[in-house]
Order: sequence, then structure tokens, then C-alpha cells
Amino acid sequence: MAETFNLRINGAARQVVGDPDMPLLYALRGPLGLLGAKYGCGSEQCGSCSVLLDGERAFSCKITLAQAAASDILTIEGIGTEGNLHPLQSAFMEEHAFQCGYCTPGLIVTAKALLDQNPDPDDAAIATALRDNLCRCGSHGRVIAAVKRAAKELAP
Amino acid sequence: MNGNGKKLPGSLAKDARIASWVAIEADGTVTVRTGKVEIGQGIRTAVAMIAAEELDVAMARIRVVSGITGEVVDEGVTSGSGSMEQTGRALRQVTAEARAALMAKAAAHLGVDAATLEVEDGTVRSPATNSQVTYWELQGGQAFVGEATGAVAPKDPASYTLVGKRMVEIDAVAKVTGGAAFIHDLAMDGLVHGRVVRPPSQGAKLLSVDAAAARRLEGVIEVVESGSFLGIVATDEWQAIKARDALALSAQWEESARLPDEDNISAWLIDNESAAHPVIDGTPQDAPVSAIAVPEGAAKTLEASYTRPYHMHASLGPSAAVALFADGRLTVHSPSQGPYPLARALAGSLGLENDAITIIHVQGAGCYGHNGADDVSLDAALLAQAVPGRPVRLQWTRADEHLWEPYGPAMVVMTNASLDNDGKIIDWNLDLWSTTHQGRPRPTTATHSSLLADWYREPVRARPVAKPNFSNESGAHRNAWSTYDLPRQRVVSHFVAKTPLRTSSFRGLGNYANIFAIESFMDELAQAAGIDPLEFRLAHLGDERGRAVLNAAAEAIGWPPGGPGSGTGKGIAFNRYKNAKAYAAVAMEVEVNEENGEIIVKRAVVAGDAGQVVSADGLACQLEGGVIQAISWTLKERVRFGPQRVTSADWESYPILTFTEAPMVECILLNQPGLPYLGAGEGSQGPGGAALANAVFNATGVRLREIPFTPERVKRMMVAAGRGP
Repeated sequence: MAETFNLRINGAARQVVGDPDMPLLYALRGPLGLLGAKYGCGSEQCGSCSVLLDGERAFSCKITLAQAAASDILTIEGIGTEGNLHPLQSAFMEEHAFQCGYCTPGLIVTAKALLDQNPDPDDAAIATALRDNLCRCGSHGRVIAAVKRAAKELAP
Repeated sequence: MNGNGKKLPGSLAKDARIASWVAIEADGTVTVRTGKVEIGQGIRTAVAMIAAEELDVAMARIRVVSGITGEVVDEGVTSGSGSMEQTGRALRQVTAEARAALMAKAAAHLGVDAATLEVEDGTVRSPATNSQVTYWELQGGQAFVGEATGAVAPKDPASYTLVGKRMVEIDAVAKVTGGAAFIHDLAMDGLVHGRVVRPPSQGAKLLSVDAAAARRLEGVIEVVESGSFLGIVATDEWQAIKARDALALSAQWEESARLPDEDNISAWLIDNESAAHPVIDGTPQDAPVSAIAVPEGAAKTLEASYTRPYHMHASLGPSAAVALFADGRLTVHSPSQGPYPLARALAGSLGLENDAITIIHVQGAGCYGHNGADDVSLDAALLAQAVPGRPVRLQWTRADEHLWEPYGPAMVVMTNASLDNDGKIIDWNLDLWSTTHQGRPRPTTATHSSLLADWYREPVRARPVAKPNFSNESGAHRNAWSTYDLPRQRVVSHFVAKTPLRTSSFRGLGNYANIFAIESFMDELAQAAGIDPLEFRLAHLGDERGRAVLNAAAEAIGWPPGGPGSGTGKGIAFNRYKNAKAYAAVAMEVEVNEENGEIIVKRAVVAGDAGQVVSADGLACQLEGGVIQAISWTLKERVRFGPQRVTSADWESYPILTFTEAPMVECILLNQPGLPYLGAGEGSQGPGGAALANAVFNATGVRLREIPFTPERVKRMMVAAGRGP
């Protein structure tokens, strides 16, 4: 049965009515109108649906509404906007770190969690942080370069 | 040809009307129309750069309209690395002609000689009279009249300010901010959600299903059941998913598929009935095949057999489409690579006239060839037909895509060559075996269809019978004809008509297997001749542009490598895509773990010559991404299947290269200002696979001829060669 959930998304309170077992992804892409998180596999294997829950990367295709309601949710839309890009977003553009771009929001969200915890990661640390995100176009090297560029930009 | 008998470049020959390609709008923008579509290869950005350059307007003014039937020129399918050659060359010429027309108008308006005018961002100035007029004042909102003639010379490349530079993709902001960038993100009033239930295996028949129970579920609007085709439409997406799962669970099927033994697919290809056709200069002939004959003067004769398994495109976003039936018309927003061919197929499938169908291309996730994009469009149309007036958004599940997309065909390539005493190749033979690479949409008939749902729903239509492909550099024989200077080539394509697994166009078609074989074999011959592999290639390659990419890649990787067997090694490989498009050489450095057989690619270099560079980053991304994808295919990928069912249903059963496995790729672009654009999107996978095999040989002395190079296989080969634990 549908229930009402009070979510905290990108710093704002949002209310959603839905099944407690509905994955957060469908609330984001449906009633909440947040299209950045993508359906890729529905089984935590590709990372296209990544969001942050209390600063940790979570797969929104699996996390249920009931589970998500307890946490602060950050999506790609809360990281930066067209007029106010986050350094990760501008670095992805500058490094041309995508081709089709389907995996891009998930990668930026995951990289945000990394940089929040480790502001100066080396290539291996970045690759390890992104190992559960898939990219089929083969932009891996450019993604790593983009995350490094953003880390430099963010350095105090 | 145009009226003057001059051949117009690219697709301009199909439609020479300037208005078909470019328009100056009243609001100060410029509309550029192309029949090619964006599939992540950056074509929209590249054509915008070409138009902005030739017209002398800012990039920000360009609006690209692509892949909408009825609004753009029918440029067929966006495939075969043809976009820059077909639409790019057309747009360069037609925008140059549009500029000339604008200059003539401006000259008349300002009362000066057109040759004295200067243009900056669409404002035309006469320095002599200190007067000016803009494109928008001259032409805003009025269509260009007349056709391109080919008489206007495009800009001198020496004066380019934009073409050849790095440019951020025109759709980049939406992609990095989570905006609506994809077909999956399309919003429409009244949008409802669809899902389909596919059978457990090919050809399975639906015995029973509890459609009534699914209909009673919350939010369900319609259940579509026709023959063995099942679909559902619901108000929201989660309801559609739950209803689909319930429907799937209640469905009983009769399975009949009989698949070959996956581990012996090479023997299956060779042993099955096949039609052999000699290939001459890239074109198969309907003629007898000659036998291999070792020539006089042969000091050494080598032969080898190389195989690739079935591969999947494995788009990261499963295929999706949005369809609307209203007032007897069908509109499908689709990620198809061929909007016009899809419209013609749908017309036959649905009993509609061609002009009652509009296909609007919206970007999907990268497709790398013929994936589920066309099939999902028919699925969505069938569901939309059941709920007229409501747009239906249908997204395939991950398993739908993995199990039902058309695969890249397994292939066997056998080579045989003889060397003389000087280490020169004096005889060359290549025999290839493959099922069809041609499964793209054709017009649906009363009995046959190329679209998946038509094989299951009533009236059931059959898959078109696969036929040998006699086109130049197409299908399985793409790049089977060697680019090297060889005194004699005997190339034979063995076409296997049976398709136990549905196969179609997969990035590069036969190029990947053929170049893997040719470039591995070149290394084997070099080894036999006792000559450095790079030197051996150069001794058989007169084409200066080919030599240049090889030398550039070799220099960047640090050539020559050490002798074989140190555990780390370097390899190199080369091709000219389709023997007519971009040149690419790939060099790699690998480390092989002799304990567990794991191959680590430490570094890769790709050197490419695609003629005049337009969008430097876009081109580099295609070449680099091709190398990474080839490493993934070659190290990890094969479609798994049992006697009846495909079992690669997700990323665990079909793993691809991850961030911790992908090397950094260095890209070297050899720009050729003023020379024609050459297609490059499929240029680096063939040499990518071969460079990897060659590097492994250099590292271990073990020659890998069977893709993928899984740790188990590598270990087995090492043990057989007396190496490793």
C-alpha cells in the first residue's frame, strides 16, 4: 500500500506518495522530476543510478523509499546547475570525459563522494572509487583526468 | 550529379537544395539539418562546427536538427563511420554556398562588390562604405532558394578559426547536470509507461498467461497479448514494472530453441553448410574459389586460425522509445540509427502508409551498432496502438537488452602465407567464416520482418532469410582484403546462412576479427622472418599515411620493445578502416601475471589520420574509446549460452572493462588540412585487439588466437607452452 514519505533531497524537504518497497530511482525520475539518475541495470551493477545518502554513494535502483527516507539525499541536480556548475561538472566538460554521457551523472555523484572524503586522490584511488560504475564508450582515462582536475580546482 | 555535371560531395548528391540543409532564422540563429543522428560520436557538434566555420557565425547561434523524418534529408542509417563523409562533406559545401548567396544579397543591399565584404558572426560589413547588414536582416525566416552547384569553393583550411579545434559537445551541459538529455528522459503530457515480457528463449511460444490478474493490478491501463507478444501499460513506471513482473511470473512457455555448443562455436561455423565467395579488392564475387597453393620460392609457409565469440553491444542504458497513436498517425521518439528505414519497417508492420508515421530521433545511450533501438520502437508502437491518444514510454529491462539485442557474430579467420628468403610475403591467403552482419530494419512485408516483436505477435512474420553480402568492404569481409602491398591475395568469405543466435551490425562488422587475424599474423610472420614487427609492417606498406600512423604510435609507446618473455611487453597493430577511411595504429604495453593468467594493459597509444580534423576532441574520444572497447571485447567479453537459452542476462554474466582495468590512452591526431574527412568511429577496434595479442606475445612468448583472453585461457596457454607455474 502506498504511504507518504518525507524526503530530504538536495537540501529541500520533498513529499512522495509511493510503495515503501519502491526503489528511490522511480520516485526521483517520476513524481520528483529529477532525471539525472538513470536506470541501467536495476541490480547495483552499473552505477548509472548513483545518488549520495548522507554522503555515501548508494544505488537508487535498489534503495527503497522507506530506506531513503531516513537519510539526506544528494542527486546530480543538487551538485550543480547550468548557471552554477560544480568543479566536477565543468571538469567533465573541459576534459571531454564522456561520449554518450549516460553514465556521466552517476560518475560525477560517485566522484563527489570520493573528493569529499579524499580531496587529493591519485589515479588508482579514483579508479578504485569508480570501479562499480560502468562506462561503455571508453572514456575512462578522461574521467580520471576530470576528477583530478576538479580536485585541483577544489583545493584550498 | 548536379545540372552542370559536377559531383556534389557526400549526401548533397541526394538532395542539393540549400534549404534542405540550412536556414537563417529570424531570431538570429542558424538551423542546420542532418539526416545523421547523435549516438555519442559527437556528430551534432562536428556539423555545427562546420556550419559555423563556413558561415562565419558563432557556434552558439547554430541549432542542429537531426533525424526527424519529413524534416531532414534521408541519409539512411548512421553507421559505417559514414557521418563525417556523408553529412559532414555535404554540409561543408552547402553552407559555403549559403554564405555565397548571402554575400550576393549583402552586396546588392549595400551597393558594393561582394568581394570587398567582411563577415563577423553573421554581420556583413563593407569597410569601403562603412555600412553593414546582418544575415538575419537579409534572410531571416526566408528559406534559401535554389540548389548547391558545387561551383562555390569552401573556405581555405588555412583560415579556419573553429574547425580542427577542441570544442565542448553542444549537449554537454544537460549531460553533466542531469538535465533531459536522453530518450529515457522525455517528458510529455499524459505520458504513460509500458513494459514488455519477452520469452525465456528464442522462438518460445506462449502457452498461457494470467492477463486478467495483471489487469486488476493498481495503475494498469492495458495488457497487450497477441500471439506470444506480451506487454503492459500503466500509469506510472513502478506500477508498470510490478505488473510486468506479475505477468512474466504467470506466463507459461513452450521452448524450442536449439543452440550450438558455445565452446565449439568455431567448429560449428566451419562444419555447417556455407557459401564460399572469393573477395577481390574488398568485394565478394559470385565465382569459384581457388585452392591455396604454396608458391615457388617459399622459404617458409605459416598458417593460423583466429576466432572471436559472439559479442553484445551492451549499451549502458537499455533501449527505450516513446510512441503516440492519434488520429490515425503514429509518432515515435526513437534512438534508432536509421529513422527513415525504421519508418518504412513500421509502416509494413502496422499496416500504415509511410507518411502516416513520423520518427523523431532522440539520443539513447551509446549503441555501437544495431542494438535494441529499432525493436523497442515497434514494441512501444504496439503498446501505443492499444491506448490511442496517450504517449507510451517503454523502456527495456537490463535483461531485455542483454538477451534480445542482435549480437555481433562469432567468426573464424584462417590465414596462410609464405615468405621468401628475404622475409618478404610472396603469397597471402585469408578464409573467414561468419553468419550475417545485416539485420537492420528493412521494409516489413506480409510474411517477413526484421523487427523482434513481429516474430512473436499475430500475424507471426518470419525473420528475413540471411543472404551473402556482395557489397564492397561490408559485412563479414570488411577489411578482410589486406591494406598491405602483397604480390597476391586470395581472400575467401564463407557465409553461414543459419543464425542460431540473431546477429547484426556490431561496431566495425568484420573489421574487428579480420584485423585481429591479419595483424596478429603479421607479427607471427615477422617472428618467423626474424624481423622486428614494426619494420616488417613498414616493409610491406608503401602508403605514406599508413606508415605515418604506425611510426607515430611506435614512437609514443617506446619502440622497439625488449625480446619476448619478460612478463611485460609491447605490441603494435595497424589498419585503414574499410581500406578507404581513417588510418589508425594502436600500440600497447601489457603486463601478464604468469601465476593467474591475468593481463593488465598498462598503457595504450592510438595514432589516427582522419583527413581534415573537425572536432579534435570528438575525434580523439572516438579513437580512444574504440581502443578501450576493443580491450574489453578482447579480454573479457563473450555472450554465454546453453543448449537453449542465452545466459548473459546482466553485467555479472557479461562483464565489461572497469575503471580499475582500463589503461590511460594517449591519442595522436595526424591532421591533414584540406583533405577530405575520413570516418574514424570504427577505426581503432581492429588494431586495438591485435595490438593486445601482440603485446601479450612479446611479454610471454605465447600467441593468443582465441578471443576473449580470459585468465583461465591465458594460464592454459602458458602451461601448454611450458611457462607459468
